[in-house]
Amino acid sequence: MSDSPILQVRDLRVSFPSPEGLVRAVGGISYDLYEGETLGIVGESGSGKSVSVMAIMGLLPKYALVEGSLRFRGEELIGKPEKEMQHIRGAQIAIVFQDALASLNPVMKIGSQIAEAMKVHQDGRTEKDRAARVVELLEIVGIPDPIQRARLYPHEFSGGMRQRVMIAMALSNDPAILIADEPTTALDVTIQAQVLDVFRRIQERTNTSVMLITHDLGVVAAIADRVMVIYAGRQTEIGGVDDLFYHPKHPYTAGLLASLPRLDRRTDPASRLYRIEGQPPSLIFIPPGCAFHPRCPVADAPGRCSTEIPLLRSVASSHSSACHFPDEAIKLLGVMP
Amino acid sequence: MSAAGVDGPKPRSQWQLFRSRFLKHRLAVISLVILILLITACFAATWVAPFPANKQNLAIGAIGPNGQHWFGTDELGRDLLTEILHAGRTSLSLGLTVAFLSTLFGTVVGAVAGYFGRWADQALMRITDLFLVVPQLVVLAIVIQGFGSTQVVIALSLAAIFWMGQARVVRGQVLALREREFVEAARSIGASPKRVVFRHIIPNCLGPIFVGATLGVAGAILTESALSYLGFGVQLPATSWGNLLSGARGYVGTTQAYLIYFPGLMILITVLAVNFIGDGLRDALDPYGSHA
Repeated sequence: MSDSPILQVRDLRVSFPSPEGLVRAVGGISYDLYEGETLGIVGESGSGKSVSVMAIMGLLPKYALVEGSLRFRGEELIGKPEKEMQHIRGAQIAIVFQDALASLNPVMKIGSQIAEAMKVHQDGRTEKDRAARVVELLEIVGIPDPIQRARLYPHEFSGGMRQRVMIAMALSNDPAILIADEPTTALDVTIQAQVLDVFRRIQERTNTSVMLITHDLGVVAAIADRVMVIYAGRQTEIGGVDDLFYHPKHPYTAGLLASLPRLDRRTDPASRLYRIEGQPPSLIFIPPGCAFHPRCPVADAPGRCSTEIPLLRSVASSHSSACHFPDEAIKLLGVMP
Repeated sequence: MSAAGVDGPKPRSQWQLFRSRFLKHRLAVISLVILILLITACFAATWVAPFPANKQNLAIGAIGPNGQHWFGTDELGRDLLTEILHAGRTSLSLGLTVAFLSTLFGTVVGAVAGYFGRWADQALMRITDLFLVVPQLVVLAIVIQGFGSTQVVIALSLAAIFWMGQARVVRGQVLALREREFVEAARSIGASPKRVVFRHIIPNCLGPIFVGATLGVAGAILTESALSYLGFGVQLPATSWGNLLSGARGYVGTTQAYLIYFPGLMILITVLAVNFIGDGLRDALDPYGSHA
């Protein structure tokens, strides 16, 4: 891990006009991504995880309002002309989507699709070199018999293999950043494990920084170095995986952790798993103050939590939380059965 | 979902799959054979036809089908089969050219309108509507009158009134396809809009495009016949099935009605064959089709 971040995100805000009002999908997110690290981004559906990375790719619809700053290797990405973004997409920042079957062109052979990702960026390879590289990539992502399989069509692959093909495609140009948007969500558990192994291999073999979007804390624990938790388009907490999991400094994080079933803790069979009361807020009417306060068991509301938006503050070394009472969070874990 | 395994039978290439699926479509195969025979016979008419072109035999005049003249002869004693084969060159080449040009143009218009949307879509679709609402035969007649009834003019002007259906179909397909995730994925690898449209979207709507093209072949042959019937089509001494028909229009209800039936039959056979082939192609090209 080198010292200068490869991606600096500052106060990223994304909103969409709608007939009911402005939908504030992302409401001010700041973080750094360092070379070679894996950053997990965790949040519920609709919390703005995907939107925030689509903004990095420049793939949001034209009517989206994107503000703030996204610096990739010191270069501002927001407002960059589409033509220049095309040179960055796929070449320097690559993305893997959740639904691999939908993401593959049904009428193109797997091999040609991977080769295409290289061809688009005028890689200067001959067709033969590209074919060799395709085989090499398929090997990296653990697809057996790659020469044969490169000639097949997407529908002839299983779900896990398709996702690995997508990853191979994303890796084809040795990107600096690999964004994986819920790469394992559509897969069953054993296949998930295989795909996570692929990510581990990427971590070992390349210097690519990985941004892993998921709502699965288990996946994050398995492969991420740092985690960022998002709620209603705002950051609630960011820090190292162990710090965050063992010493959560935000009640939302603590709630998420407490609601996981655990094998290492004896529980009273009659008791139920912890749950976070209520529902995530509408992104048009975000509660005043802390967005989480209506659901927060330790909130001072009406009071500070319902009037003042908590800013992200450092609570330990490289661990920050956007909570007025960061030390209350850990108690929540203790309260749980 | 069978991932054609390494241990299993060797995965067949898409061409093999396509061929085996197409061959299962009986009517399409028969149609293809008939069409190929027809095309070959027409373009080799100089050698294949039983009599030299335009050879008159005023002594016999118009006689019905018989052993020597299978399709009979016209009022000048010319062998009808020979005439039909020669005329078929014009009709078939016109049909194929028009289908090709109108498909190409319609596909590009539809794809651009569908993918870029907004004002491009509005502008292109209103132009398409405009072409659809003008009385086509009248405009064709005027245009052909103005530029002369050469085959090139006829082909181009027919193509000019046949692309709209194709454009609308392709636009609809593209509208649906552009929202698909693989299009976003293609954009995410840095593909330019041109590449997205031509490499990713259009190959996914080849089925409807092929069907449209086959309909275009049939439509062009029929429209040319209509034009010829009205006297605006291919001009004598060149002949087409259409102007053979129009030349024989006086024989309706007479004993020489075979002069109408045979050119008409050729048009019918060609149009049917082309439609069946289109049907077979569509089934065979569908990547999700039954695994033959």
